[in-house]
Amino acid sequence: MSSYTPSSSAGGVGSADSAAPRRNSKRPKYSKFTQQELPACKPILTPRWVISAFMLVSIVFIPIGVVSLLASRDVVEIIDRYETECVPQNFRNNRVSFIQSDANKTCTRRLTVTKHMKQPIYVYYQLDNFYQNHRRYVKSRSDSQLRDNSSWNDVSSCKPEDDSNGLPIVPCGLIAWSLFNDTYNFSLNNQQLAVNKREISWKSDRDHKFGNDVLPRNFQNGTLKGGKSLDPTVPLSQQEDLIVWMRTAALPTFRKLYGKIERDLQPNEVIHVTLENNYNTYSFNGKKKLVLSTTSWLGGKNDFLGIAYLTIGGLCFFLALSFTVVYLVKPRRLGDPSYLSWNRNPGGH
Amino acid sequence: MDSKTPVENLYSIEPALSSSSRRSNFSAHSKSVGRSSIREVSFSDLGPKPVKYGSRGAESETYNMSQKEINDEDARLVQINDPVKTNERFEFAGNSIRTGKYSVLTFLPRNLFEQFHRVAYIYFLVIAVLNQLPQLAVFGRFASILPLAIVLLVTAVKDAYEDYRRHRADKIENNRLASVLVNHEFQQKKWKDIQVGEIIKIHANETIPCDIVLLSTCDPTGVAYVQTINLDGESNLKTRYAKQETLLKIPEKENVSGLIKCEKPNRNIYGFQANMEVDGKRVSLGPSNIILRGCELKNTTWAIGVAVYAGRETKAMLNNSGAPSKRSRLETHMNLEIIFLSLFLTALCTVVSVCAAVWLRRHRDELDYLPFYRRKDFYEEEEDNYNYYGWGLEIVFTFLMSVIVFQIMIPISLYISMELVRVGQAYFMIRDTQMYDEPSDSRFQCRALNINEDLGQIKYVFSDKTGTLTENKMEFQCASVWGVDYNSGKGSSQDQKDGYFVEVDGKILRPKMVVKTDPELLQFARSGKDTKEGSHVHDFFLALAACNTIVPLIVDTPDPTLKLIDYQGESPDEQALVYAAAAYGYMLIERTSGHIVIDIQGERQRFNVLGLHEFDSDRKRMSVILGLPNKSVKVFVKGADTTMFGVTDRSLNTSIIRATEAHLHSYSSIGLRTLVIGMRELSTSEFEEWHSAFEVASNALMGRARLLRKVATNIESNLRILGASGIEDKLQEGVPEAIESLRTAGIKVWVLTGDKQETAISIGYSSKLLTSKMTQIIVNRNSKESCRKSLEDAIIMSKKLTTMSGNTNDTGRTLGASLTPVALIIDGTSLVYILDCELEEMLFELACNCSVVLCCRVAPLQKAGIVALVKKRTSDMTLAIGDGANDVSMIQMADVGVGISGQEGRQAVMASDFAMGQFRFLVTLLLVHGHWNYQRMGYMILYNFYKNAVFVLVLFWYVLFTCFTLSTAINEWSSVLYSVIYTSVPTIVVGILDKDLNRRTLLKYPQLYGAGHREECYNKRLFWITMIDTVWQSAVIFFIPLLAYGGSTIDASSIGDLWTLAVVILVNLHLAMDVICWNWITHAAIWGSIVATVICVIIIDAIPSLVGYWAIFQIARTGLFWLCLLSIIVAALIPRFVVKVLYQFYTPCDVQIAREAEKFQPRSESAAVEVEMNPILNQPRP
Repeated sequence: MSSYTPSSSAGGVGSADSAAPRRNSKRPKYSKFTQQELPACKPILTPRWVISAFMLVSIVFIPIGVVSLLASRDVVEIIDRYETECVPQNFRNNRVSFIQSDANKTCTRRLTVTKHMKQPIYVYYQLDNFYQNHRRYVKSRSDSQLRDNSSWNDVSSCKPEDDSNGLPIVPCGLIAWSLFNDTYNFSLNNQQLAVNKREISWKSDRDHKFGNDVLPRNFQNGTLKGGKSLDPTVPLSQQEDLIVWMRTAALPTFRKLYGKIERDLQPNEVIHVTLENNYNTYSFNGKKKLVLSTTSWLGGKNDFLGIAYLTIGGLCFFLALSFTVVYLVKPRRLGDPSYLSWNRNPGGH
Repeated sequence: MDSKTPVENLYSIEPALSSSSRRSNFSAHSKSVGRSSIREVSFSDLGPKPVKYGSRGAESETYNMSQKEINDEDARLVQINDPVKTNERFEFAGNSIRTGKYSVLTFLPRNLFEQFHRVAYIYFLVIAVLNQLPQLAVFGRFASILPLAIVLLVTAVKDAYEDYRRHRADKIENNRLASVLVNHEFQQKKWKDIQVGEIIKIHANETIPCDIVLLSTCDPTGVAYVQTINLDGESNLKTRYAKQETLLKIPEKENVSGLIKCEKPNRNIYGFQANMEVDGKRVSLGPSNIILRGCELKNTTWAIGVAVYAGRETKAMLNNSGAPSKRSRLETHMNLEIIFLSLFLTALCTVVSVCAAVWLRRHRDELDYLPFYRRKDFYEEEEDNYNYYGWGLEIVFTFLMSVIVFQIMIPISLYISMELVRVGQAYFMIRDTQMYDEPSDSRFQCRALNINEDLGQIKYVFSDKTGTLTENKMEFQCASVWGVDYNSGKGSSQDQKDGYFVEVDGKILRPKMVVKTDPELLQFARSGKDTKEGSHVHDFFLALAACNTIVPLIVDTPDPTLKLIDYQGESPDEQALVYAAAAYGYMLIERTSGHIVIDIQGERQRFNVLGLHEFDSDRKRMSVILGLPNKSVKVFVKGADTTMFGVTDRSLNTSIIRATEAHLHSYSSIGLRTLVIGMRELSTSEFEEWHSAFEVASNALMGRARLLRKVATNIESNLRILGASGIEDKLQEGVPEAIESLRTAGIKVWVLTGDKQETAISIGYSSKLLTSKMTQIIVNRNSKESCRKSLEDAIIMSKKLTTMSGNTNDTGRTLGASLTPVALIIDGTSLVYILDCELEEMLFELACNCSVVLCCRVAPLQKAGIVALVKKRTSDMTLAIGDGANDVSMIQMADVGVGISGQEGRQAVMASDFAMGQFRFLVTLLLVHGHWNYQRMGYMILYNFYKNAVFVLVLFWYVLFTCFTLSTAINEWSSVLYSVIYTSVPTIVVGILDKDLNRRTLLKYPQLYGAGHREECYNKRLFWITMIDTVWQSAVIFFIPLLAYGGSTIDASSIGDLWTLAVVILVNLHLAMDVICWNWITHAAIWGSIVATVICVIIIDAIPSLVGYWAIFQIARTGLFWLCLLSIIVAALIPRFVVKVLYQFYTPCDVQIAREAEKFQPRSESAAVEVEMNPILNQPRP
């Protein structure tokens, strides 16, 4: 067969011609990138890897769960729901008309401290069924107006609380209009219990979001009063109740910080609260609660996260165990070619 | 002679003597006459000029005929050398071209118009417009149009850049210079200033500026050679002719004028019809008289022509169309899932609006005063409703608003991501060094950009044979002359080291290719035509040397005494035959339109070419009419045996015919391509009759091809068979291995060829398509009924065979390769009866039972018919691969068309979706790139569904806690940027770069390709599992913070930031969990986009005018935030992780095992696979 080979080759010069170096060959340049051969790590879920991952998760999660649960349990909370109690008996069936009337709305509540409460004790009011995240509501504000005195008449986004009697309202909008206006006075053993209402809002809000030269104008002087009025001589950056209120809550049940009590409370101490029940939550059946609470590193009293961590940790521990068992009972050699589908069913060849 | 069988000898003796004695004497005589040197021989009747095809004298009868056929409305009139007059009536396009689509002014409107042709963009636009209505303004004006704007901008920038490049190229092109005749001298003129009607002079190696009709060339016979590589990619030279009538005019000296009446501009680059009126005579013009823009003049010092089509009206420009567009299978499936998603979206919106309706109804009495609703505006003159349009409308608005908020449920960004991913995948396919073809210096080409992933699901491969499986480099192997087989296979001779050569003026002239010769035949050829054998051999080789369209080119070599003859031609078969003739001493030296010069055993003889009927696929033969030096006229015909034996004179030497047939059979059984050579002497009257008919036909403007065919059929009759040639069509490198790989991969390979059954079968064996283990079922019938019969039998037989194997192996295997293999061989004639009737069904049933199907003798349209047969009846993907013009229909019909950029021109490549240099690259293309592309794209689509749905569901859950009013805790900018910045890059990077298995493994186990067949990466089940997972994950993301922060002072912006970060981190980690191959780019993309998200959130929260000012800093200070984030990620991923582990560990798919093997098996074991594709060295020859 060797005689075949020369027969097909081109003549001497012809082959030299084709062997001449091409000036611009189109041969793709070799690089690891273009050949898709970049060094790469290809992790594979081996049983050891999987079991240790689950173990790791459970080892991390269970302690966190325990710690968070303990932290949550450490928090002492006194909750007093007062929206019904603070309506006189004869108005109980018609609470809306009571709240809209000019009647005296002062009400006294007694709170008993159950456990030692370390300072600072935060005073919150909690509203229920109040949709501060309602689309109409959250849009009805003017951030530029709040920040800068020069744009005080920028009320275009504030409807229906944009202007009153033709004059722009500062602060405008539904949010500001509906500012919470119940007030609380605490006394312990007939002594006034000081509530610090400073620095209850975010510092960033006071410094940058609410201008210190913006004074309230025309606020709450319409026919329908939504809530608290503001002192027109105090700039917005110092109206901390407003600043807190304007940080609209994410959920229909929310707390807002009212103030801080900066002393410890001992168990069985009785706090008298004199409150002005002004705020109308009756039209939408909203509950009102007064909350006194200490805090932990995790925030307020909420067992959920601790339980969640314990559950996940426990589940992972269980999974780790069951995978171990399953792996011991029914192992499979990884990468064994005999498991390939065309090797599993021999025959036919 | 020693190889010949006794039977063949028997055939070759007696009849040969008796029947051919007269002719051989005659030719012996003529030889003695013409032995001196080159002699001018001409027919007295014809006048001094040699006649060539396409040219004509000044007969009046054809005059009228052409006049009748030209229709003034359909014609364009070109005044030669009078551009002013030419252009005054008709505004012909100037020669400046503009391939750019846009100008500075039109860019914006036109580009936008084109972009909005996509449904996806319309959806975007509708949503954005809806959002502009004040009642529905969910997002801010700017935020809502941002995604659309970004997409439009990116596309527009891309288009603008491409257009800029086109404009630049146009400018260069338009400012090239050409010599144009102005006031009797040729002046340099810019291309863009050339007008129709002007006379242009082109020098050697110059590019033609516009379509010109040749007037004269440096060659006295008016021949010009052009290279059309820019037009159709064919690198061989083509001949073009100037008309005799204009040949001698010198435009500088005399005033050339005339009128050309030609067709309106069209895109057919192989056709041209016109006539020219010059000096009162009317001359017809055909495709051989026109040179098209973009061609290059070669081997011709100069040529002069008149511009007939310019600028955008040139055929080259009219052919500038894009690649065909197809839609991938995956995308079709995906669209179905998108319908599911939109139903889901509608459901979500309905839930929201119904809930909103109920809420509004229940609180209808309180709405006026509700502090967070306040329907009444008391500050107006009269109290009226503020932004409230009644219960019904509110619901409609709620519905529309929820569509706007949940819009990314329909992953519009997916379409853009898919396009980018495909571009990336194409980049890698093009750059793959293993798909680079060294000999032709061609890379892989991706012509269609939207079916990359289909390559991973191909079930049927339809392959052409010639040029695809084989190299289409023909080698003359053996000949049967006058019933005697000269098989040069055995004794290779001694003195042929350098092959045949001639000496002229002390210079050696030698063919470029050396062909091995048969010593005995060489002996006869050298012995002259005095002996009987000698004269037969003479005629045979004369036919080989003359009956073709080959152009010999004399090429200089470094050795001044040595020159090479390079035979350029369109058909490789012809090249092989001419080289063979040269090797036997019949060297074609010169070819002009009127004559050829053949060096016969050292003596130059000139033959007048009186006529030439070119090859066409109906006749399957070509013929040339030669005026011999002895003034006799002969017609030489060569063609396929099927058509040749039909036109032979059967009464003459039957035994020779029979012997030749036997030889043909044996040639084709060893895989040779055969051609039969015939000859006939024409009497003067016959010639006259033919000549006039030929003139009429070749001057016709309409139906010329049909008329010429008729003339040819008339003259090609009663032939005397001279012999037959056997040409070896060498198998391409790596074809058998490639076919085996493909078949192991579960792909059915069908070979469709125009070759004879025997040739096809033998190629089938050598390419390992057929094996000795297979049972062959052959269907070749001549009527519908017999076809039906044999199909029925075949089905029964194939069923028996497959069920037999089914008994031994009842595990229900799906791989076709494992059944007792049945091969179906079917020929074109049977297919005529079978296709397009009820028998189709039976054929399909039969073909499904067969592991190999070989169709031989099929016409181009039948190829497409077979592809359609499979495509119609299955949902399997089909791929057609071919290289020639005859494969174009098949390539376009199949789901994926692959063109081989081989020898047979570029039509196949132009019609294809992908083009490559070698058949064996198909393995890399399908098994490696196809698999990767499919896996990547499948995963990417699912992931995109998932990531958008998770986000939408998180928004949805929140809406349930806001009185169903479409508030979002997540900042509107974050919602907009979510699919643009936060999550887009990783999907694209993973879609381009992820690699489930490396190349070596995929080639080692072709069966892994089955993953695509089984739709393992994208199917309904996966979709629904993903969706369930999506619901779970979104619930975890939403409810963990909800419960953890329940009843706390948390504000919407802060918890929104937590949700944003949780979603982004989770979807990226989800992706990270599924990424198989981590390289630095993947790392950068995934971790980078988490970092980018954090940065974006921080930036957004640092803008004091937004509500969420400083929220992220406030919340990130608390431990609760981080604990929430951690628990969300772990809790959300656990189910997926567990399912994935269980699935991978206990029901591992092949890909999984192979991946493990890749990692854990020693490397030495897999290294052996590298030797995948070695050329087969042993040829299937005795």
